[in-house]
Amino acid sequence: MIAFLIRRLLQGALVMLTVAFIAFSMFRFVGDPVTNMLPQDATLEQRTELQERLGLNDPLPLQFGHFVTNAVQGDFGISYRNQRPVSDLIAERLPATMEMVFAAVVLSLVIGIPMGVYTALRRDSWLSHLFQGVSLAGISVPTFVTGILLILVFSVWLNWLPSFGRGDVVEIGGWSTGLLTVSGIKALIMPVITLSLFQITLIMRLVRAEMLEVLKTDYIRFARARGLTNRAVHFGHALRNTLMPVITITGLQIGALIAFAIITETVFQWPGMGLLFMQAVSFVDIPVMSAYLVMVSLIFVVINTIVDMLYFVVDPRLRVDAGKNTTGA
Amino acid sequence: MSTVTQRLNDDWRRFIDSDLFYSFRRSPITIVAFVVVVTLILAAIFAPWIAPHDPFDVSTLSLLNSELPPAWVAGGDPAFLLGTDGQGRDVLSALLYGARISILVGLASVAFAMTLGVCLGLLAAYVGGTVDALIMRIADVMISFPPILVALLINGVARGVLPPEMQHDAVIFVLILAIGLTTWVQYARTVRGSTLVEKNREYVLAARVIGLRSRSIMARHILPNVIGPILVVATVNLAIAILIEAALSFLGVGMPPTEPSLGTLIRIGNEFLFSGVWWVVIFPSAVLVLLVLSVNLLGDWLRDALNPKLR
Repeated sequence: MIAFLIRRLLQGALVMLTVAFIAFSMFRFVGDPVTNMLPQDATLEQRTELQERLGLNDPLPLQFGHFVTNAVQGDFGISYRNQRPVSDLIAERLPATMEMVFAAVVLSLVIGIPMGVYTALRRDSWLSHLFQGVSLAGISVPTFVTGILLILVFSVWLNWLPSFGRGDVVEIGGWSTGLLTVSGIKALIMPVITLSLFQITLIMRLVRAEMLEVLKTDYIRFARARGLTNRAVHFGHALRNTLMPVITITGLQIGALIAFAIITETVFQWPGMGLLFMQAVSFVDIPVMSAYLVMVSLIFVVINTIVDMLYFVVDPRLRVDAGKNTTGA
Repeated sequence: MSTVTQRLNDDWRRFIDSDLFYSFRRSPITIVAFVVVVTLILAAIFAPWIAPHDPFDVSTLSLLNSELPPAWVAGGDPAFLLGTDGQGRDVLSALLYGARISILVGLASVAFAMTLGVCLGLLAAYVGGTVDALIMRIADVMISFPPILVALLINGVARGVLPPEMQHDAVIFVLILAIGLTTWVQYARTVRGSTLVEKNREYVLAARVIGLRSRSIMARHILPNVIGPILVVATVNLAIAILIEAALSFLGVGMPPTEPSLGTLIRIGNEFLFSGVWWVVIFPSAVLVLLVLSVNLLGDWLRDALNPKLR
């Protein structure tokens, strides 16, 4: 257990160092940081002074060391465009993205799991075929097209929901939330549906496949032989065992959702991290880009590590010979 | 008689009798998907000849024709079947040219990713050791990030590195590079898996015994035996590549409005949404969805048809 934990943490640290190196190279070699940070009419003295202050004359390994030390303390420098600390910008935008992603995860579980169970149990009913067809469409329709269609129908034609922004937000201890106002909830509906559509499909297909597999196993047949009701077999025995992979995938998908939020936030002009990142990309605002990269990677690595460890705790087969990986997982 | 026609005839017969064609014939959805994909590809290839207008010739554009609805709606002009956008550009023509660029970028980046992935996968499995560990660790890290994010970053860095005057011409290559570098991992993993099995077979041993160089063993002996599953991966990835390109263009970091892909057209259309001008955005979206859906269906069918377990 301890060895596995240490190996997993080391692996995570290595990934983070790689990402930090990429972020550092972007900052150092894409464009000239000094030119980007000073006004157009800066004098030569100002340039050398800033160069000295940023430590650009130090040897590269030392510069990388400084970069990592600062990054660990949450200091990613000053945004080229806004002339404000990048960490402030991200902290401002974080709640908006997190709320949207969290709502999307909840929605996709609440809708995806029942759909998956239904299509597995009633394989040949017309509703199952409909769900299956819709799920294929869900994979093929890009997020931004879904978003645009929703805006066209519900904002432009019906005028029911706002097409951009977060509505009114309430500040609670530095965290701005839109969940407590009517306009905030209304503004949340369409972005969340857009973001979760793909996840709903994914979870539905996963639950269906797992459920079909589990229903064929001996212990289910045994449960039936014991004379348990269908309900008890399906939900007490079968569903419970399909939920483990669902939790794993959901965990891993949170990272993907944060990345997909870039597109959703652009469509709905949602003031989150994704929109900040897109603005940074179009203005080649490297400090913001690299900070976003490091932030998202950190979230990824943390979630992946936690999921791996959960597996280790839940599935005893992994503990016997984790080194050989005989389970084929 | 000519042996060439005879041989062609034989090949044709064999194809008609093959399991693959049989399963194709039995699946009406696949036939429809195939027809849609072929039609769209042909329309894209012949866009310059079949498009009713040239959307890039500024001299033929007239602001008097701007924002005309499709021909069947009141106020529409039969000359512009699917209506016009804000600059008086014919939506149908822009669509044909847009599909051309989307399909081109999709195919090119699949070809690039496939070449890269197959080479690295072969190398990792055949050489093994440190090379294997290095390549597969890079692959692990890359696959744990969503493709759209990786593509955005590579695209962003490439834009930052290139001098501004080159950016316009290079944008299509930057896109192909970014999408290719994002999607090679699946090919590498597939090839590596099957190569690990193949490299211990007797024919590889025999080739080694007669003194062939590693490179030609990999390219001429192992490769033909591991290429099957790669075709399935490539089909599915074509849909993914087209989607990534569309997403990048939609976000404004892909094809410019002067040379629009389907994603760029949707981006342009999005700006007209609030004036009730729905046709500029709906038609490119529909074509994109139709294209991706059909390619996905073909990929699903090919995967099942080539999988001996499901026969």
